[in-house]
Amino acid sequence: MSIRITEPFTKEKFKDLRAGDSVLLTGTVYTARDAAHKRITEMIERGEEPPFEIRNSIVYYVGPTPAKPGRPIGSAGPTTSYRMDAYAPKLLDLGQIAMIGKGQRSQEVMDAVTRNGAVYFAAIGGAAALMAGCVKSAEVIAFDDLGAEAVRKLYVEDLPVTVVLDSAGGNLYKEGRQAYLQSVENIK
Amino acid sequence: MREIDIRIIEDKIAEMCIGANHFLDDDLKNCITSHLEEEPSPIAREMIESIQKNIMIAEEGVFPLCQDTGMACVFLEIGQDVHFIGGNIEDAVNEGVRRGYGDGFLRKSIVRDPLDRVNTGDNTPAYINYEIVPGDKVKITVAPKGFGSENMSRIKMLPPAAGAEGVKDFVVETVSTAGANPCPPVVIGVGIGGTFDKAALMAKKALLRPLNKSNEKEFYREMEEELLNRINELGIGPQGFGGKTTALAVNIITAPTHIAGLPVAVNVNCHVSRHKTTTI
Repeated sequence: MSIRITEPFTKEKFKDLRAGDSVLLTGTVYTARDAAHKRITEMIERGEEPPFEIRNSIVYYVGPTPAKPGRPIGSAGPTTSYRMDAYAPKLLDLGQIAMIGKGQRSQEVMDAVTRNGAVYFAAIGGAAALMAGCVKSAEVIAFDDLGAEAVRKLYVEDLPVTVVLDSAGGNLYKEGRQAYLQSVENIK
Repeated sequence: MREIDIRIIEDKIAEMCIGANHFLDDDLKNCITSHLEEEPSPIAREMIESIQKNIMIAEEGVFPLCQDTGMACVFLEIGQDVHFIGGNIEDAVNEGVRRGYGDGFLRKSIVRDPLDRVNTGDNTPAYINYEIVPGDKVKITVAPKGFGSENMSRIKMLPPAAGAEGVKDFVVETVSTAGANPCPPVVIGVGIGGTFDKAALMAKKALLRPLNKSNEKEFYREMEEELLNRINELGIGPQGFGGKTTALAVNIITAPTHIAGLPVAVNVNCHVSRHKTTTI
Protein backbone atom coordinates (compact mmCIF):
# COMPACT_ATOMS: atom_id res chain seq x y z
CA MET A 1 0.00 0.00 0.00
CA SER A 2 1.14 3.52 -0.76
CA ILE A 3 1.68 6.15 1.91
CA ARG A 4 -0.05 9.46 1.10
CA ILE A 5 1.83 12.64 2.04
CA THR A 6 0.23 16.03 1.52
CA GLU A 7 1.71 19.51 1.94
CA PRO A 8 2.81 21.41 3.95
CA PHE A 9 5.91 19.23 3.68
CA THR A 10 7.92 18.99 6.87
CA LYS A 11 10.79 16.74 7.92
CA GLU A 12 8.46 15.30 10.58
CA LYS A 13 6.21 13.81 7.85
CA PHE A 14 9.16 12.21 6.05
CA LYS A 15 11.29 10.93 8.92
CA ASP A 16 9.68 7.50 9.22
CA LEU A 17 9.82 6.70 5.50
CA ARG A 18 12.06 3.76 4.69
CA ALA A 19 13.76 2.56 1.51
CA GLY A 20 11.24 0.65 -0.58
CA ASP A 21 8.15 2.53 0.64
CA SER A 22 5.72 3.61 -2.08
CA VAL A 23 4.58 7.18 -1.57
CA LEU A 24 1.95 9.37 -3.25
CA LEU A 25 2.93 13.03 -2.97
CA THR A 26 0.43 15.88 -3.15
CA GLY A 27 1.60 19.48 -3.06
CA THR A 28 4.17 21.85 -4.49
CA VAL A 29 7.44 20.59 -5.93
CA TYR A 30 10.05 22.57 -7.88
CA THR A 31 11.77 21.35 -11.02
CA ALA A 32 15.49 21.77 -11.59
CA ARG A 33 18.14 19.94 -13.60
CA ASP A 34 21.91 20.48 -13.67
CA ALA A 35 21.90 23.86 -15.44
CA ALA A 36 19.38 25.29 -12.93
CA HIS A 37 21.20 23.73 -9.97
CA LYS A 38 24.40 25.44 -11.08
CA ARG A 39 22.68 28.84 -11.19
CA ILE A 40 20.84 28.33 -7.89
CA THR A 41 24.08 27.36 -6.16
CA GLU A 42 25.85 30.42 -7.60
CA MET A 43 23.01 32.69 -6.43
CA ILE A 44 23.26 31.28 -2.91
CA GLU A 45 27.04 31.77 -2.94
CA ARG A 46 26.60 35.40 -3.98
CA GLY A 47 24.13 35.86 -1.12
CA GLU A 48 21.13 36.30 -3.45
CA GLU A 49 17.65 34.86 -2.88
CA PRO A 50 17.20 31.60 -4.83
CA PRO A 51 14.04 31.29 -7.02
CA PHE A 52 12.24 29.31 -4.30
CA GLU A 53 12.76 28.81 -0.60
CA ILE A 54 15.14 25.88 -0.21
CA ARG A 55 14.06 25.05 3.36
CA ASN A 56 11.36 22.36 3.37
CA SER A 57 11.32 22.25 -0.43
CA ILE A 58 11.05 19.19 -2.65
CA VAL A 59 12.99 19.26 -5.91
CA TYR A 60 12.02 17.14 -8.91
CA TYR A 61 14.81 16.49 -11.42
CA VAL A 62 12.81 16.82 -14.62
CA GLY A 63 12.85 18.63 -17.95
CA PRO A 64 9.30 18.18 -19.25
CA THR A 65 8.15 18.18 -22.86
CA PRO A 66 6.26 21.34 -23.94
CA ALA A 67 2.64 21.51 -22.79
CA LYS A 68 0.01 21.05 -25.47
CA PRO A 69 -2.76 23.67 -25.56
CA GLY A 70 -5.06 23.31 -22.56
CA ARG A 71 -2.62 21.14 -20.60
CA PRO A 72 -0.47 22.31 -17.69
CA ILE A 73 2.57 20.30 -18.80
CA GLY A 74 3.85 17.69 -21.22
CA SER A 75 5.46 14.38 -20.30
CA ALA A 76 7.32 14.68 -17.01
CA GLY A 77 9.46 11.75 -15.89
CA PRO A 78 12.67 11.91 -13.86
CA THR A 79 16.12 12.57 -15.29
CA THR A 80 19.23 10.79 -13.99
CA SER A 81 20.13 12.19 -10.58
CA TYR A 82 23.92 11.80 -10.42
CA ARG A 83 24.33 14.94 -12.53
CA MET A 84 22.98 16.91 -9.56
CA ASP A 85 25.29 15.20 -7.01
CA ALA A 86 27.72 18.12 -7.00
CA TYR A 87 24.97 20.50 -5.85
CA ALA A 88 22.61 18.38 -3.74
CA PRO A 89 24.51 18.19 -0.40
CA LYS A 90 24.60 22.00 -0.10
CA LEU A 91 20.83 22.27 -0.70
CA LEU A 92 20.11 19.48 1.78
CA ASP A 93 22.25 21.27 4.36
CA LEU A 94 20.09 24.36 3.74
CA GLY A 95 17.00 22.36 4.67
CA GLN A 96 15.73 20.83 1.42
CA ILE A 97 13.54 17.89 2.46
CA ALA A 98 13.49 15.66 -0.57
CA MET A 99 14.77 15.04 -4.09
CA ILE A 100 12.89 13.14 -6.79
CA GLY A 101 14.91 11.59 -9.61
CA LYS A 102 16.27 8.22 -10.65
CA GLY A 103 19.54 6.37 -10.36
CA GLN A 104 22.45 6.05 -7.95
CA ARG A 105 23.77 8.94 -5.83
CA SER A 106 27.28 9.70 -4.57
CA GLN A 107 28.46 8.93 -1.05
CA GLU A 108 28.38 12.69 -0.36
CA VAL A 109 24.65 12.82 -1.21
CA MET A 110 23.93 9.70 0.84
CA ASP A 111 25.74 11.24 3.82
CA ALA A 112 23.84 14.52 3.40
CA VAL A 113 20.51 12.64 3.34
CA THR A 114 21.17 10.93 6.68
CA ARG A 115 22.84 13.99 8.22
CA ASN A 116 19.78 16.13 7.48
CA GLY A 117 16.98 13.60 7.86
CA ALA A 118 16.08 14.02 4.18
CA VAL A 119 14.73 11.57 1.58
CA TYR A 120 15.68 10.65 -1.98
CA PHE A 121 12.76 9.37 -4.02
CA ALA A 122 12.80 7.64 -7.38
CA ALA A 123 10.03 8.32 -9.86
CA ILE A 124 9.53 5.77 -12.63
CA GLY A 125 12.11 6.47 -15.32
CA GLY A 126 10.60 6.36 -18.77
CA ALA A 127 7.00 6.45 -17.54
CA ALA A 128 6.69 10.15 -18.21
CA ALA A 129 3.24 10.10 -19.82
CA LEU A 130 1.87 8.32 -16.76
CA MET A 131 3.27 10.96 -14.41
CA ALA A 132 2.20 13.93 -16.54
CA GLY A 133 -1.37 13.33 -15.41
CA CYS A 134 -0.35 13.94 -11.77
CA VAL A 135 0.77 17.49 -12.53
CA LYS A 136 -2.19 19.80 -12.04
CA SER A 137 -0.44 23.12 -12.58
CA ALA A 138 2.95 24.31 -13.77
CA GLU A 139 4.51 27.75 -13.86
CA VAL A 140 8.02 28.80 -14.90
CA ILE A 141 9.43 30.82 -11.99
CA ALA A 142 13.07 31.25 -13.07
CA PHE A 143 15.61 30.82 -15.87
CA ASP A 144 13.10 30.87 -18.73
CA ASP A 145 16.06 30.95 -21.15
CA LEU A 146 16.86 27.36 -20.18
CA GLY A 147 13.69 26.09 -21.92
CA ALA A 148 12.94 22.57 -20.69
CA GLU A 149 15.53 23.13 -17.96
CA ALA A 150 13.85 26.22 -16.49
CA VAL A 151 12.75 26.13 -12.84
CA ARG A 152 9.04 25.35 -12.63
CA LYS A 153 6.69 25.38 -9.68
CA LEU A 154 4.47 22.30 -10.03
CA TYR A 155 1.41 21.32 -8.07
CA VAL A 156 1.22 17.53 -8.11
CA GLU A 157 -1.52 15.21 -6.97
CA ASP A 158 -0.69 11.67 -5.92
CA LEU A 159 2.66 11.66 -7.72
CA PRO A 160 3.87 8.04 -7.36
CA VAL A 161 7.42 7.81 -6.02
CA THR A 162 9.48 5.19 -4.20
CA VAL A 163 11.87 5.84 -1.31
CA VAL A 164 15.43 4.99 -2.39
CA LEU A 165 17.53 6.72 0.30
CA ASP A 166 16.04 7.26 3.74
CA SER A 167 17.11 9.21 6.80
CA ALA A 168 18.25 6.03 8.56
CA GLY A 169 20.77 5.20 5.85
CA GLY A 170 18.61 2.74 3.91
CA ASN A 171 19.33 2.34 0.19
CA LEU A 172 16.77 0.55 -1.98
CA TYR A 173 19.16 0.10 -4.92
CA LYS A 174 21.48 -1.91 -2.67
CA GLU A 175 18.88 -3.64 -0.51
CA GLY A 176 16.40 -4.38 -3.32
CA ARG A 177 19.06 -6.10 -5.38
CA GLN A 178 20.31 -8.09 -2.38
CA ALA A 179 16.79 -9.10 -1.36
CA TYR A 180 15.99 -10.33 -4.86
CA LEU A 181 19.23 -12.29 -5.14
CA GLN A 182 18.62 -13.77 -1.68
CA SER A 183 15.08 -14.85 -2.69
CA VAL A 184 16.49 -16.60 -5.78
CA GLU A 185 19.12 -18.26 -3.61
CA ASN A 186 16.42 -19.51 -1.22
CA ILE A 187 14.47 -21.18 -4.04
CA LYS A 188 17.58 -23.07 -5.27
CA MET B 1 17.51 6.32 -62.16
CA ARG B 2 14.66 7.41 -59.90
CA GLU B 3 14.13 10.98 -58.83
CA ILE B 4 12.91 11.60 -55.27
CA ASP B 5 11.93 15.03 -54.05
CA ILE B 6 13.61 15.72 -50.74
CA ARG B 7 10.37 17.26 -49.46
CA ILE B 8 8.96 13.72 -49.29
CA ILE B 9 11.88 12.73 -47.03
CA GLU B 10 11.28 15.83 -44.90
CA ASP B 11 7.56 15.06 -44.46
CA LYS B 12 8.25 11.42 -43.55
CA ILE B 13 10.87 12.35 -40.97
CA ALA B 14 8.60 14.93 -39.31
CA GLU B 15 5.86 12.30 -39.07
CA MET B 16 8.23 9.60 -37.80
CA CYS B 17 9.70 11.81 -35.05
CA ILE B 18 6.20 12.22 -33.63
CA GLY B 19 5.24 8.58 -34.22
CA ALA B 20 8.36 7.11 -32.62
CA ASN B 21 7.86 9.23 -29.51
CA HIS B 22 4.29 8.02 -28.94
CA PHE B 23 4.01 4.48 -30.30
CA LEU B 24 6.23 1.48 -29.60
CA ASP B 25 6.43 -1.49 -31.94
CA ASP B 26 4.62 -4.73 -31.10
CA ASP B 27 7.84 -6.74 -30.78
CA LEU B 28 8.89 -4.54 -27.84
CA LYS B 29 5.43 -4.54 -26.24
CA ASN B 30 5.22 -8.34 -26.52
CA CYS B 31 8.72 -8.68 -25.10
CA ILE B 32 7.75 -6.57 -22.07
CA THR B 33 4.64 -8.74 -21.52
CA SER B 34 6.59 -11.99 -21.66
CA HIS B 35 9.14 -10.67 -19.16
CA LEU B 36 6.32 -9.62 -16.83
CA GLU B 37 5.03 -13.19 -16.88
CA GLU B 38 8.42 -14.47 -15.76
CA GLU B 39 9.11 -11.79 -13.14
CA PRO B 40 8.91 -13.18 -9.59
CA SER B 41 9.53 -9.94 -7.64
CA PRO B 42 6.34 -8.03 -6.65
CA ILE B 43 7.94 -4.55 -6.79
CA ALA B 44 9.46 -5.42 -10.17
CA ARG B 45 6.07 -6.56 -11.48
CA GLU B 46 4.54 -3.33 -10.26
CA MET B 47 7.16 -1.32 -12.18
CA ILE B 48 6.63 -3.30 -15.40
CA GLU B 49 2.87 -2.80 -15.09
CA SER B 50 3.44 0.96 -14.72
CA ILE B 51 5.59 0.88 -17.85
CA GLN B 52 2.76 -0.88 -19.72
CA LYS B 53 0.28 1.72 -18.45
CA ASN B 54 2.62 4.45 -19.66
CA ILE B 55 2.69 2.89 -23.13
CA MET B 56 -1.13 2.89 -23.24
CA ILE B 57 -1.34 6.55 -22.18
CA ALA B 58 1.24 7.59 -24.79
CA GLU B 59 -0.77 5.79 -27.48
CA GLU B 60 -3.58 8.29 -26.92
CA GLY B 61 -1.22 10.70 -28.68
CA VAL B 62 -1.24 13.50 -26.09
CA PHE B 63 1.87 12.75 -24.03
CA PRO B 64 5.14 11.37 -25.43
CA LEU B 65 6.38 8.10 -23.89
CA CYS B 66 9.29 9.85 -22.16
CA GLN B 67 10.07 13.50 -21.45
CA ASP B 68 13.50 12.88 -22.98
CA THR B 69 12.29 12.76 -26.56
CA GLY B 70 15.87 12.20 -27.53
CA MET B 71 18.46 13.17 -30.06
CA ALA B 72 17.01 12.32 -33.46
CA CYS B 73 19.17 9.54 -34.91
CA VAL B 74 18.32 9.17 -38.59
CA PHE B 75 19.55 6.26 -40.68
CA LEU B 76 19.22 6.57 -44.45
CA GLU B 77 19.81 3.59 -46.71
CA ILE B 78 19.91 5.19 -50.14
CA GLY B 79 19.61 3.11 -53.29
CA GLN B 80 22.46 3.92 -55.67
CA ASP B 81 19.95 4.57 -58.47
CA VAL B 82 18.23 7.35 -56.54
CA HIS B 83 18.71 11.00 -57.44
CA PHE B 84 17.48 13.52 -54.88
CA ILE B 85 15.92 16.68 -56.27
CA GLY B 86 14.65 19.89 -54.69
CA GLY B 87 17.57 20.66 -52.41
CA ASN B 88 20.08 19.27 -49.97
CA ILE B 89 19.26 15.96 -48.26
CA GLU B 90 20.89 16.98 -44.97
CA ASP B 91 18.78 20.14 -44.83
CA ALA B 92 15.67 18.08 -45.54
CA VAL B 93 16.40 15.72 -42.65
CA ASN B 94 17.00 18.59 -40.25
CA GLU B 95 13.90 20.43 -41.44
CA GLY B 96 11.87 17.25 -40.86
CA VAL B 97 13.26 16.97 -37.33
CA ARG B 98 12.61 20.68 -36.67
CA ARG B 99 8.97 20.32 -37.80
CA GLY B 100 8.38 17.02 -36.03
CA TYR B 101 9.74 18.24 -32.70
CA GLY B 102 7.90 21.56 -33.03
CA ASP B 103 4.50 20.30 -34.25
CA GLY B 104 4.65 17.28 -31.93
CA PHE B 105 5.38 19.30 -28.77
CA LEU B 106 8.51 17.22 -28.25
CA ARG B 107 11.37 18.37 -26.03
CA LYS B 108 14.25 20.24 -27.61
CA SER B 109 17.32 18.62 -26.10
CA ILE B 110 20.21 19.57 -28.40
CA VAL B 111 22.94 22.08 -27.51
CA ARG B 112 24.95 23.75 -30.30
CA ASP B 113 28.33 23.09 -28.74
CA PRO B 114 29.30 20.36 -26.23
CA LEU B 115 30.99 22.91 -23.97
CA ASP B 116 29.15 26.22 -24.34
CA ARG B 117 25.86 24.29 -24.10
CA VAL B 118 23.40 26.72 -25.68
CA ASN B 119 20.20 24.95 -26.73
CA THR B 120 19.52 25.15 -30.48
CA GLY B 121 15.81 25.40 -29.67
CA ASP B 122 14.53 23.04 -32.37
CA ASN B 123 16.27 19.73 -31.60
CA THR B 124 18.54 20.00 -34.62
CA PRO B 125 20.94 18.99 -35.87
CA ALA B 126 20.02 15.33 -36.12
CA TYR B 127 22.62 12.59 -36.07
CA ILE B 128 22.51 11.27 -39.64
CA ASN B 129 24.01 8.05 -40.93
CA TYR B 130 24.07 7.47 -44.70
CA GLU B 131 24.53 4.14 -46.38
CA ILE B 132 24.55 3.50 -50.12
CA VAL B 133 22.83 0.26 -51.10
CA PRO B 134 21.78 -1.33 -54.42
CA GLY B 135 18.39 -0.38 -55.89
CA ASP B 136 16.24 2.72 -56.29
CA LYS B 137 14.57 2.94 -52.87
CA VAL B 138 15.30 4.96 -49.75
CA LYS B 139 14.85 3.33 -46.36
CA ILE B 140 14.49 5.84 -43.54
CA THR B 141 14.77 4.96 -39.86
CA VAL B 142 14.20 7.53 -37.14
CA ALA B 143 15.38 6.46 -33.68
CA PRO B 144 15.07 9.19 -31.02
CA LYS B 145 17.75 8.35 -28.45
CA GLY B 146 17.48 9.35 -24.81
CA PHE B 147 20.68 10.20 -23.03
CA GLY B 148 19.99 8.70 -19.60
CA SER B 149 20.80 5.39 -21.24
CA GLU B 150 23.21 6.78 -23.86
CA ASN B 151 25.42 8.03 -21.00
CA MET B 152 25.73 4.48 -19.67
CA SER B 153 27.09 3.16 -23.00
CA ARG B 154 30.75 2.15 -23.30
CA ILE B 155 33.38 1.07 -25.79
CA LYS B 156 36.56 -0.89 -25.25
CA MET B 157 39.40 -2.02 -27.48
CA LEU B 158 40.02 -5.51 -26.13
CA PRO B 159 43.09 -7.54 -27.01
CA PRO B 160 42.18 -10.48 -29.29
CA ALA B 161 43.27 -12.85 -26.51
CA ALA B 162 40.30 -11.65 -24.43
CA GLY B 163 38.09 -13.67 -26.82
CA ALA B 164 34.38 -14.33 -26.37
CA GLU B 165 34.69 -14.39 -22.57
CA GLY B 166 36.30 -10.95 -22.55
CA VAL B 167 33.52 -9.58 -24.73
CA LYS B 168 30.77 -11.08 -22.55
CA ASP B 169 32.36 -9.88 -19.32
CA PHE B 170 32.59 -6.33 -20.69
CA VAL B 171 28.92 -6.32 -21.71
CA VAL B 172 27.72 -7.66 -18.34
CA GLU B 173 30.02 -5.31 -16.43
CA THR B 174 28.65 -2.34 -18.41
CA VAL B 175 25.06 -3.16 -17.46
CA SER B 176 26.02 -3.90 -13.86
CA THR B 177 27.86 -0.59 -13.47
CA ALA B 178 24.94 1.30 -15.03
CA GLY B 179 22.60 -0.10 -12.36
CA ALA B 180 19.44 1.97 -12.00
CA ASN B 181 20.69 4.92 -14.10
CA PRO B 182 19.56 3.94 -17.63
CA CYS B 183 15.92 3.19 -16.57
CA PRO B 184 15.98 -0.62 -16.63
CA PRO B 185 14.67 -2.87 -18.02
CA VAL B 186 17.11 -2.01 -20.79
CA VAL B 187 17.69 -3.15 -24.34
CA ILE B 188 21.35 -3.77 -25.11
CA GLY B 189 22.96 -3.26 -28.52
CA VAL B 190 26.42 -4.76 -28.93
CA GLY B 191 28.87 -4.13 -31.77
CA ILE B 192 31.85 -6.46 -32.01
CA GLY B 193 34.72 -5.99 -34.48
CA GLY B 194 35.28 -3.38 -37.18
CA THR B 195 37.11 -0.25 -36.09
CA PHE B 196 36.69 1.93 -32.98
CA ASP B 197 33.88 3.97 -34.60
CA LYS B 198 32.33 1.09 -36.55
CA ALA B 199 31.85 -0.92 -33.35
CA ALA B 200 29.87 1.96 -31.84
CA LEU B 201 27.73 2.34 -34.97
CA MET B 202 27.00 -1.40 -35.02
CA ALA B 203 25.96 -1.26 -31.36
CA LYS B 204 23.51 1.52 -32.14
CA LYS B 205 22.16 -0.30 -35.22
CA ALA B 206 21.76 -3.47 -33.13
CA LEU B 207 19.14 -1.59 -31.09
CA LEU B 208 17.02 -1.28 -34.24
CA ARG B 209 16.69 -5.03 -34.78
CA PRO B 210 13.24 -6.39 -33.81
CA LEU B 211 13.39 -8.07 -30.40
CA ASN B 212 11.68 -11.22 -31.66
CA LYS B 213 14.51 -11.83 -34.13
CA SER B 214 17.78 -13.41 -33.01
CA ASN B 215 21.19 -13.24 -34.61
CA GLU B 216 21.42 -15.26 -37.83
CA LYS B 217 24.63 -16.96 -36.73
CA GLU B 218 24.17 -19.70 -34.17
CA PHE B 219 27.33 -18.73 -32.27
CA TYR B 220 26.10 -15.17 -31.73
CA ARG B 221 22.50 -16.26 -31.12
CA GLU B 222 23.78 -18.34 -28.22
CA MET B 223 25.91 -15.43 -27.03
CA GLU B 224 22.83 -13.16 -27.05
CA GLU B 225 20.91 -15.68 -24.98
CA GLU B 226 23.77 -16.23 -22.56
CA LEU B 227 24.27 -12.48 -22.11
CA LEU B 228 20.57 -11.91 -21.46
CA ASN B 229 20.59 -14.67 -18.84
CA ARG B 230 23.73 -13.37 -17.15
CA ILE B 231 22.38 -9.80 -17.09
CA ASN B 232 19.09 -10.99 -15.64
CA GLU B 233 20.97 -12.77 -12.87
CA LEU B 234 22.45 -9.45 -11.67
CA GLY B 235 19.32 -8.71 -9.63
CA ILE B 236 19.12 -5.00 -10.61
CA GLY B 237 15.55 -5.35 -11.88
CA PRO B 238 13.12 -2.76 -13.27
CA GLN B 239 14.13 0.75 -12.13
CA GLY B 240 16.93 -0.85 -10.09
CA PHE B 241 14.57 -1.82 -7.26
CA GLY B 242 15.58 -5.49 -7.46
CA GLY B 243 14.20 -8.21 -9.69
CA LYS B 244 14.87 -10.46 -12.64
CA THR B 245 14.03 -8.17 -15.54
CA THR B 246 17.15 -6.01 -15.86
CA ALA B 247 17.31 -6.40 -19.65
CA LEU B 248 14.61 -7.19 -22.20
CA ALA B 249 16.96 -8.27 -24.98
CA VAL B 250 20.56 -8.30 -26.18
CA ASN B 251 21.20 -7.76 -29.89
CA ILE B 252 24.65 -8.28 -31.40
CA ILE B 253 26.07 -7.13 -34.74
CA THR B 254 29.57 -8.13 -35.81
CA ALA B 255 32.03 -7.13 -38.54
CA PRO B 256 35.46 -8.23 -39.75
CA THR B 257 38.27 -6.57 -37.82
CA HIS B 258 42.07 -6.19 -37.73
CA ILE B 259 44.44 -9.00 -36.66
CA ALA B 260 45.53 -6.89 -33.68
CA GLY B 261 42.12 -5.81 -32.41
CA LEU B 262 38.82 -6.78 -30.80
CA PRO B 263 36.67 -3.63 -30.47
CA VAL B 264 33.50 -4.01 -28.40
CA ALA B 265 30.84 -1.34 -28.03
CA VAL B 266 27.78 -1.53 -25.81
CA ASN B 267 24.94 0.87 -26.55
CA VAL B 268 22.42 0.91 -23.71
CA ASN B 269 18.79 1.81 -24.36
CA CYS B 270 15.98 2.06 -21.84
CA HIS B 271 12.69 0.18 -22.11
CA VAL B 272 11.42 2.99 -24.38
CA SER B 273 13.38 1.55 -27.31
CA ARG B 274 11.90 3.82 -30.00
CA HIS B 275 12.33 3.62 -33.74
CA LYS B 276 10.22 3.91 -36.85
CA THR B 277 11.18 2.75 -40.33
CA THR B 278 9.65 3.47 -43.71
CA THR B 279 10.71 2.82 -47.29
CA ILE B 280 10.07 5.19 -50.17
